[in-house]
Amino acid sequence: MTETAGTASAPHEGPRDRGHDGDVVCAVEGLVKVYAAARARRGAPAVPEVRASDGISLAVRRGEIFGLLGPNGAGKTTLVRQLTGLMRPDAGSVSVLGHDLVRHPERASRLLAYLGQESSALDELTVSLAVETTGRLRGLTLKQARAERDDVLEELALTPIAGKALKKLSGGQRRLACFATVLVGERPVLVLDEPTTGMDPVARRAVWSAVDRRRADRGATVLLVTHNVIEAETVLDRVAVLEHGKVIACDTPAGLKAHVADEVRVELVWRERAPLDVPEVAALRELGAGVQESGRRWTLRLAPDEARAAVAAVTSGAAFAALDDFTLATPSLEDVYLALGGGRTEGLVKA
Amino acid sequence: MSAGAIEAVGTTGSAAVRTEAEAAGELAPAARFLPSLAAVYRAQLSRARVARIPLLFVATFQSVGIMILMRGVVDGGGEARAVVAGSSVLVVAFVALNLLAQYFGQLRASGGLDHYATLPVPPASVVLGAAGAYASFTVPGTLVTAGIGCVLFDLPMGHLWVLAAVIPLAGAALAGLGAALGLLAPKPELATLLGQLGMSAALLLGVLPTERMPLLIQYARDLLPSTYGVEAFARTFDVHPDWAAVGVDLAVCAGVGVVSLAVATWAYRRAAVR
Repeated sequence: MTETAGTASAPHEGPRDRGHDGDVVCAVEGLVKVYAAARARRGAPAVPEVRASDGISLAVRRGEIFGLLGPNGAGKTTLVRQLTGLMRPDAGSVSVLGHDLVRHPERASRLLAYLGQESSALDELTVSLAVETTGRLRGLTLKQARAERDDVLEELALTPIAGKALKKLSGGQRRLACFATVLVGERPVLVLDEPTTGMDPVARRAVWSAVDRRRADRGATVLLVTHNVIEAETVLDRVAVLEHGKVIACDTPAGLKAHVADEVRVELVWRERAPLDVPEVAALRELGAGVQESGRRWTLRLAPDEARAAVAAVTSGAAFAALDDFTLATPSLEDVYLALGGGRTEGLVKA
Repeated sequence: MSAGAIEAVGTTGSAAVRTEAEAAGELAPAARFLPSLAAVYRAQLSRARVARIPLLFVATFQSVGIMILMRGVVDGGGEARAVVAGSSVLVVAFVALNLLAQYFGQLRASGGLDHYATLPVPPASVVLGAAGAYASFTVPGTLVTAGIGCVLFDLPMGHLWVLAAVIPLAGAALAGLGAALGLLAPKPELATLLGQLGMSAALLLGVLPTERMPLLIQYARDLLPSTYGVEAFARTFDVHPDWAAVGVDLAVCAGVGVVSLAVATWAYRRAAVR
């Protein structure tokens, strides 16, 4: 799969063009960050050296919603911490809107707004004060901060809970309040680390329509960290798939899916267990690498004609009696991820 | 000045600089020092309503309790003044040193500093805003403790107004120390431990009468910034206080405050970018 790494920066956005192509908002070149190995201590095993960013190159264009997808520990958060000036890379360059953030990390806060995974700095504030204070610390006057606070709270439908402390809210509401703090004091680039974790569908929709409005009205660029493949498919313009600190692919969701266009996913759910005594079912299992078993749920990645034969086999006779449910689907980003050689699927969420 | 330097490099150099400046996106203005200090202060003060009020009660009851205990031990005079002054300043040490060290220790460990670090706010605003708010939390407890102490030990209340200087200056010294400890401690548990130790030192060295302490402990007492707040306050129970000595003591508090807040600001910068 090494050849797919080349797609991380498509030909028309190579470093050669970047200087006079104002279209690239965020350019990352050869980024390396290594966490030193830790020796074993009492109660803690030794940790080997981790290459959290291992030669990452990316180019994010203006007005794009660009995703970083990968399982837990793939190096997504480490990458965005280097983009936001919170962490200094060991090697490589980060440029946002033409500013070198490795040399001037303090400029990051004046170019972009960052939503981290932690809210502990805001937990004991009310939603209203958290948003207003963040606006003021982003350089707004008191009057501007209050006006923007009211607009943002209204936009995200947070006004009814504006007077509640963040830590008294549910996880999804708290996350939405933190997202509101990103929107005050407008920035041309938004870096969002798993913004919709724990949110209900209504809150998610509020987030994505707020992002869309900023993109349509002001050309905002969004860099989004996610491990949610469904969300990645629906909201992202382009996605970089990360694993072990490397970009293993980078394209539009549709472009990535074209890699595995010749595959169809068949999901079978057996009533109790798979009837392996039925020859057709046993034969399916023999298909090898394309079959993934998880209890009474089987996932098969097959060529279209194989898939057709498989469905025919399980929807007739003895196999059908043992079958609870089945689905036939075109490939998702998860299939792409697997096809790219992503060894671990546990970190990816399908909800 | 920098423009002149660029011109001196030559035409090619300045042209290159100009294109780079044109290509680069506009930087949003950074937040200025005083408005962001005010914003942080206000936000921190509002946390008191949610999280701090029970702890403020604890701080006050602790000091009042100590005074009641000591009433059976000391018999008026200089010792009684030291007990009342020490117990009052102990409230400041509890909140500004101990609680602030814990707050910054936990904020740093949980990644909460990222929020401030990704906003264009001067580090000194964050540190001073939090330190100022914690010092303010101590005002009611310190006043109540000093008032009850005067009644218990029959001391004059005429000069209690000096607390208006003692609380902010001792508060600056102790809050600066607390913030620095919290931000420098590699683990939040260690920040908590250091904060507790600092408060215990302020308790033992500030409240107990000095005449009975061994020499070594007396030196340790001189190293503790809260001591100077205690002494300044204790001196004002005289009918004609030595105001020059009070001023010197308070100046030491102010000096320690400036240094420790500067260290805390440096520690914040260091903790924010890892």
